[in-house]
Amino acid sequence: MTAQEVRLCGLLLQEHFGEVVERIGTHLLRGGAQNLRTIANETNTPLDLVKKSLCVLVQHGACEFGSGRRGPGSPVEYRASCERVLRVLRYPRYIYTAKTLYGDTGELIVEEVLQRGHMTMSNTVKTVADRLTHNMEEGRSMEYSEVVSAFSKLVETHFLQRCPPVAEMGTAATSTNPATPGTPAASASTAPPTAESNPDCYKLPHVTLIGRGKRRRSSDDSEEQRGGKKAKMDSESCGDEGIYWQVNFERFHQHFRDQAIISAVASKLDQTSSEIVRTMLRMSEVTTTQTAAYTQPLSANEIFRSLPPNYSISRPILDQYLSLLVDDPMEFVGKSGDSGGGMYVISKEPWPTWRELHWSLWYRRGWCVCQSWFGSRSARIFRLLLRKRHLEQKQVEDFAMIPAKEAKDMLYTLLSENLVQLQEIPKTPDHAPSRTFYLYTVNQLPTARLLLQHCYKTVANLIERRLFETKENKRLLEKSQRIEAILASLQASGAEPEQLTEVEEMITAPERQQLEALRHHINKLDSTENQVDETVFLLESYIFSTKTK
Amino acid sequence: MAGRGRGRGRGQMTFNLEDLGIGRGDSLPPTTFKPSPLFPPMPVQPVPLQTGEEVEYMLALKQELRAANKTLPFYIRRAAPKRDVDRYSDKYQSGEPKDSAIEWSPDWSRLPKELCIKVRKPLAKRHPPQVKQPKKPLVGKEEILTKLETLEKKEEAVNSEEEEDGEKKKTNEEEEQAEEEEFEEDFEEDTDYIMSYFDNGEEFGGDSDDNIDEATY
Repeated sequence: MTAQEVRLCGLLLQEHFGEVVERIGTHLLRGGAQNLRTIANETNTPLDLVKKSLCVLVQHGACEFGSGRRGPGSPVEYRASCERVLRVLRYPRYIYTAKTLYGDTGELIVEEVLQRGHMTMSNTVKTVADRLTHNMEEGRSMEYSEVVSAFSKLVETHFLQRCPPVAEMGTAATSTNPATPGTPAASASTAPPTAESNPDCYKLPHVTLIGRGKRRRSSDDSEEQRGGKKAKMDSESCGDEGIYWQVNFERFHQHFRDQAIISAVASKLDQTSSEIVRTMLRMSEVTTTQTAAYTQPLSANEIFRSLPPNYSISRPILDQYLSLLVDDPMEFVGKSGDSGGGMYVISKEPWPTWRELHWSLWYRRGWCVCQSWFGSRSARIFRLLLRKRHLEQKQVEDFAMIPAKEAKDMLYTLLSENLVQLQEIPKTPDHAPSRTFYLYTVNQLPTARLLLQHCYKTVANLIERRLFETKENKRLLEKSQRIEAILASLQASGAEPEQLTEVEEMITAPERQQLEALRHHINKLDSTENQVDETVFLLESYIFSTKTK
Repeated sequence: MAGRGRGRGRGQMTFNLEDLGIGRGDSLPPTTFKPSPLFPPMPVQPVPLQTGEEVEYMLALKQELRAANKTLPFYIRRAAPKRDVDRYSDKYQSGEPKDSAIEWSPDWSRLPKELCIKVRKPLAKRHPPQVKQPKKPLVGKEEILTKLETLEKKEEAVNSEEEEDGEKKKTNEEEEQAEEEEFEEDFEEDTDYIMSYFDNGEEFGGDSDDNIDEATY
């Protein structure tokens, strides 16, 4: 948890949940696991507010609780998760992806679940149906069944998952595997169960949606009983109480990565090959687990059958494309056998292809950063060093075709910004300077981390600037809001045009200009945040991929 | 002494400057005496932002989400600080968030017991008096205090139900009654006054007839 990350998390929490939650959240992020009393004392917040904030944080998955350090008897300790809070930055991207995949209904479902943290299926369906009806014309309303089908599609493709069952604290321990109810595990689970450890993670809707069997849900519901602690609420119960759904961020990330692969293939080769790769990825979407190194091998026949109908290419051409993809130095696709016309795999995780791909995507970012900070020639040097790994000063000048003096200058600026590093290779054991090679090199992983921290700092600065701008012009913004409200109410009650123009003139022309400029700035800042977040995603996934080799 | 002949005026270092490419007679950039400026002049103009339908849609989404967050119950505001004197209208006009109440009802079975806090229902809801559910045993000495409080409140809740009907007060009382029946821990009511002492003056006129015969001194 670096300082930049904590600062960014604090700003995000403040924007979404208010200052109280921000204070509690940053305290938890900085201080690690703490119990309730400690938090209240150290942040000087009344106990009730601390409780409320913790409820909010747990609801949104940003905080986990577990039994204390001294065993089951000690007070409950809370841990905040920096990663989860940073996801908030990516919410618009998730929602937009859901929209492109599943239309407006899917978009609203994901939006609701994101805003509320976790929800039961029935609640989600009702809320979304209401919202859709609200936007529809008079007299039409949204069927629950349509929303339910969109929901089930999201669950089938693993975009939504069930929330993991809560580990009980104290002596009564629950089994983390609800498929065997009534046989509680002997020992209390020390680590909070992840969603994936629950075998029913994506299973339930398959069972209940056939024939809208709400009755069946209550029998499945019994599998979720936990030590008899549940309070059944009789009113408005649809039988799926206690089964909460949350957004599966990993799945969305996988989708983003797939999109990155496809666009990289498209830019390097051509559209058709990217379609082929897209088909392969889609076929193996659900069968590949997150940590698999390779997708399941797909035979060329299967690929041929699954190609989208508008891409009617003949079989020999498909084979040619596949061999092209295999031979490409980027190694997007690997060949793993010859049965069924040739088995092909796409490597998903570090070695070698995914890492290579990540690396290349990453290095492109680094190159872009270089270019934007220092100009295209420095970017050329950076790229050269990445390609050739280690180069001497003289070699850099030669390969980059840049005059010596400028090359020196650029190298030193890059060195001072830590984008390149100096590697000493002694010729003699006494490391005499005159007999040592000094090579310039780029250390990928540390540089990636550096860039990531820069990105966090950037986003935090953007948010702060936006807050500053809003605060500066608060008076003007409030005035314009009031006037809009007056206008709206006048129009609703049917006023004459003169009255409307009179109200509109309450804002003077220079004020209007100021407001326009302010809106323009805020839009720009917001848009930049979104785009920096794309780089953040890329860098984060690269760093993550190097960790799990 | 041994190094005095070499690199005079430049300072002695353990490695040979030639190898790094700084030859003799080259001028190094001037040393800096203060931290770099806050907004340094940029040698290269930044790449313009991406534009397009997708980008604008996500921008609109982001701004909507931000606005919507403020209306959700998850946005926690501190209760407004108490004014100098407790006013009568506080009891009826409590539209602001209270510290001791939470505006949404989470699933308490998924949270540790110690986080349980009174849920504040919106005033518009009316609850018919519910059948008292068996209370869960409380831990600690709070149990005795809360039991006394709840007994007290039940008494005056019954009283007030008989006196008034269809008024806001009833809604409040029923709310309180319903609340304290449903939840284990009950925090103190917002006023310091004991409810049964409150005399709303309906019985005032009744006694005056009896005292008319007595002489006033």
